[in-house]
Amino acid sequence: MIKAILIFNNHGKPRLTKFYMHYAEDEQQQVIRETFQLVSKRDDNVCNFLEGGTLIGGQDYRLIYRHYATLYFVFCVDSSESELGILDLIQVFVETLDKCFENVCELDLIFHMDRVHFILNELVMGGMVLETNMNEIVARFEEQQKLQKSESGFSAMPNRAVSTVRDMNLSQKLRDIKIPDMPSFSSLYQ
Amino acid sequence: VKDSMRGLAVFISDIRNCKSKEAEEKRINKELANIRSKFKGDKALDGYQKKKYVCKLLFIFLLGNDIDFGHMEAVNLLNSNKYTEKQIGYLFISVLISENNELMRLVQQNLKNDLASRNPVHVNLALECIANIGSKEMAEMFAPEIPKLLVMGDAGDTVKQSAALCLLKLFRTAPEMVPLGDWTSRVIHLLNDQHMGVVTAAVSLIEALVKRNPDDFKGCVSLSISRLARIVTSSYTDLQDYTYYFVPAPWLSVKLLRLLQNYPPPEDTTVRNRLAECLETILNKAVEPPKSKKVQHSNAKNAVLFEAISLIIHMDSDPSLLVRACSQLGQFLSNRETNLRYLALESMCLLATSEFSHDAVKRHQETVVTALKSERDVSVRQRAVDLLYAMCDRSNAEEIVGEMLTYLETADYSIRGELVLKIAILAEKYASDYTWYVDTILNLIRLAGDFVSEEVWYRVIQIVINREDVQAYAAKTVFEALEAPACHENMVKVGGYILGEFGNLIAGDARSSPSTQFQLLHGKFHLCSPPTRALLLSAYIKLVNLFPEIREDIIAVLESDANLRNSNVEIQQRASEYLSLARNSTQDVLATVLEEMPPFPERESSILAQLRKKKPAVEDAIRVRGEKQQQRPASGAADGAAASAAPIAATPASGGGGGVKLQGDIAGAESNTDSDLLGLDFGGSAPAAAAGGGGAGGGSVDLLSSILDVGVSSSSSSSAAPSAASGASAQRKTVVVGAGASGSIVGEENWHKFVCKNSGVLYENDILQVGVKCDYQQSSGRIVVYYGNKTPAPLAQFASVINLPDSSLTNQLGIQVKPVGDRVGASEQVNEVITVDCMAEFFACPLLNIRFVYSGVAQSITLKLPLTINKFMQSSEMDSATFFQHWKQLSQPEQECQKIFQAKFPMDAETTKTKILGFGFSLLSNIDSNPANFVGAGIVQTKSGNIGSLFRLEPNQQAQMYRLTVHSIKPGVSKRLCELLETQI
Repeated sequence: MIKAILIFNNHGKPRLTKFYMHYAEDEQQQVIRETFQLVSKRDDNVCNFLEGGTLIGGQDYRLIYRHYATLYFVFCVDSSESELGILDLIQVFVETLDKCFENVCELDLIFHMDRVHFILNELVMGGMVLETNMNEIVARFEEQQKLQKSESGFSAMPNRAVSTVRDMNLSQKLRDIKIPDMPSFSSLYQ
Repeated sequence: VKDSMRGLAVFISDIRNCKSKEAEEKRINKELANIRSKFKGDKALDGYQKKKYVCKLLFIFLLGNDIDFGHMEAVNLLNSNKYTEKQIGYLFISVLISENNELMRLVQQNLKNDLASRNPVHVNLALECIANIGSKEMAEMFAPEIPKLLVMGDAGDTVKQSAALCLLKLFRTAPEMVPLGDWTSRVIHLLNDQHMGVVTAAVSLIEALVKRNPDDFKGCVSLSISRLARIVTSSYTDLQDYTYYFVPAPWLSVKLLRLLQNYPPPEDTTVRNRLAECLETILNKAVEPPKSKKVQHSNAKNAVLFEAISLIIHMDSDPSLLVRACSQLGQFLSNRETNLRYLALESMCLLATSEFSHDAVKRHQETVVTALKSERDVSVRQRAVDLLYAMCDRSNAEEIVGEMLTYLETADYSIRGELVLKIAILAEKYASDYTWYVDTILNLIRLAGDFVSEEVWYRVIQIVINREDVQAYAAKTVFEALEAPACHENMVKVGGYILGEFGNLIAGDARSSPSTQFQLLHGKFHLCSPPTRALLLSAYIKLVNLFPEIREDIIAVLESDANLRNSNVEIQQRASEYLSLARNSTQDVLATVLEEMPPFPERESSILAQLRKKKPAVEDAIRVRGEKQQQRPASGAADGAAASAAPIAATPASGGGGGVKLQGDIAGAESNTDSDLLGLDFGGSAPAAAAGGGGAGGGSVDLLSSILDVGVSSSSSSSAAPSAASGASAQRKTVVVGAGASGSIVGEENWHKFVCKNSGVLYENDILQVGVKCDYQQSSGRIVVYYGNKTPAPLAQFASVINLPDSSLTNQLGIQVKPVGDRVGASEQVNEVITVDCMAEFFACPLLNIRFVYSGVAQSITLKLPLTINKFMQSSEMDSATFFQHWKQLSQPEQECQKIFQAKFPMDAETTKTKILGFGFSLLSNIDSNPANFVGAGIVQTKSGNIGSLFRLEPNQQAQMYRLTVHSIKPGVSKRLCELLETQI
């Protein structure tokens, strides 16, 4: 079973956290910090599995992670999961995000936290893998988007927030964000 | 554009533009204040606005801030008909509401509605939310409902898929809540479903269910094999969407292979051959040229391959498959991909436990040793250590132990402790020459003394004492080791003990004369910690017996102020007792009292037990191999015998030994007491030690007087020992009175939850789950206790005892127990029925003590039984006049009890009402002039009469306080009811 899914960037800033077992809020933050410390000090070409930190349950749990450009994707799992399987699952997750957001980058995760959660919900449910077929997941996500459009009464809702923001002032603000710092991480998985 | 939630985007950009942590905090606080005022404001918010603010709160939470409001608004969103609003509401709830939030009831109501919805997307949202929260309460409420969705003919694929996983999650949380029924057979047939996603989810569910009732699901074996066969023989174009980088349905294949590992190889030859074909095909594909260069392709392919190898190892019946698996893994050992090397080492560990492939694994020893030396990644090195440990046998033990010792010098600190244990175990298990064993352990202490636990050095002493042929060598070696200018304190302990026992064996050599031995030991004395000094004092008195010529030197040390008046009681007592023994006894008495230790009874190595605690799975597998090899003596008999157990020549403890054993220092290994003075133990039977209570129960015992009390167990305080002993002697008592504290009570938190309700989980740890369901009628009750074994191994010597901590309970309660069997099988659940009659009012709480042995370690758990006086209370209705009449009648000081206390839970009137009703009181309206107050009545029914009770509860919202007044006929009852109700509100 998957105990937690954490995404954080190279500086340890969480971009998505999902716990499938109950932890108090402050414990969650500690787990994130501990996991970041364990994972970030590892070289890029060592193996993608390591034993979990003490907070997440120690030797009985494994951290399986991948590092894409600016982001770490970490799945904390128990011994009933196949390591390579989870590694593939992370890949499916990233490729799905890439399809849903068109060249996903860290910024998409920040501004569309809700959607990232919805996509994840199609992939993993209650700590168990729900669906591994990318096309199916994307189809379900798009269905949701359609529902959203019909409910808001707009038919031509652009997919990305950046393009929806018409307010001059706001787009200026967005321009200020240093996007070159955040290369599209999906380009690295080839 | 409404749905872009522009406000959210602006807010996020603001945060990202903050230059400092302080600025960020300020911005967040501003936003929180804004949202709070919006939620509190007069203007009703529409769904979109609520959604936007809830989303903002989620973002703030992600940044690591506590969110303490907004829950109600999120719950409101669930009522919305708009999918997107509902969706955000559920998202917030599954991320932020903990299972005991007071809003849970509202959430559950919404979940109920959505589950019953005709719209499958709403059903799915509800299923997701139930699974994501996955609490016991969710299980209680929804577990019986979900199987219907799963097998309903017209349910859509996605609903079936979600329902399967949702049920799985609830099953993991509270298996007893998931009912078995005819749906189970229909679940098996989901393996044939058209939709691969449904099949995958169903396999996960079945895999968990078979662990509870393997026989009910036997049918899944042949179905999974045929499904697997269809996948592995298909080309990657057949399965289209479920093909992942040219590998057909890897995820499902892995799951199916896992499921099959719950059963023995199929008996039916056709089915078995079909499975063998599948496995061969998978092994064949591994050597085919890759269809893609991408790492995803090889990952997916190998995920299936590794799982297939696990299944081959699990079946352990086909030598050719096992050997092929091994050679495949051997290739991975030198693969470029670190992940594959890691997994290959791990799988090989299991292969090494099979007799068919053990030798094949051994051929890779050199590669593994190289990995140990050259891998850059500590995780991989650790797996290499595990594998070396698993492949070790008598033929290669010296070599492997040598390599491990070399590695120990440079090993990462994080794994040194485990490495030391492994070396110690291997050295003991495969020692044919015990001088090698002694050398190895002393080397261990020299190289990594800090990581050598007590168990390790206790064990070396046990072995030296039990083996005469190594004693002289051990004495000589420790003597030499102690000559080093600096040596580890553990070395001093071992040296002291061994020289005290066997110093005479090397005294003939002028270089190690008696006084040199003594001086050498005493030279270290002042640098050591008090426990070591105490041990050395025992060694000195033993030297007095061995070498009368140095008696005066030793007396001088014993009577020095530093010892005789040491502030440490242990040292002081030893010094003064040994001093009078040395001064006043004749040589005969000394020789008798200080005789050489008799051999230790043979028992499981305590080190092994410790390692098993750390790494249960691997150790079990290795032990199983030992057992298997014994069962099949034909194959590799010599090795089998070697692997079976620690080959210590066990001489039974000699009867009537009559000598002071310095056992306290060693027997302490079994009990966890600090080394006590002397585990005095005359006569062979050693009552305390044999019962597992350890010879070290009693703190300090007067040495000389105890010598006279021959055969009396020295401990009066270790009540655990006698009760354990009585359990062993087939006189199983299930109710014990006044046994005193038998271990500390755990799970008190859960106990409180039972005051107002009658079923749920009373206690749970990694091994055991204790569930309770009770019902009460008048003065009788029936408590069913469910013991669920959560592990894949059986719990042996299972016994439960009800302790009445207060002897007056014997007259107040009549308890009868229908006991459970003495074994709880793997993942099995058994129940015990306790019937209770309430004879009279009672105030103490019976204790439930559960004992069992799990993987060789005895466990004892003491819980409070959820049995309180209010359980026998029936609510009672009356009108205002009657109420006041009773209230006035019952106002003697001992009949009345009043408490003023802080609210322990949010002061929500509805919740409080539910709790009061659950507690057993009625709620009477129109009696108190203040409608916010609660007033009611109840009658406690006992065999010796009814006890009418009345209460009044006055909440003070402002101060978050309550005033509770209870009037009752019987003294004490009102106080007890007050105490109990106080903890609940």
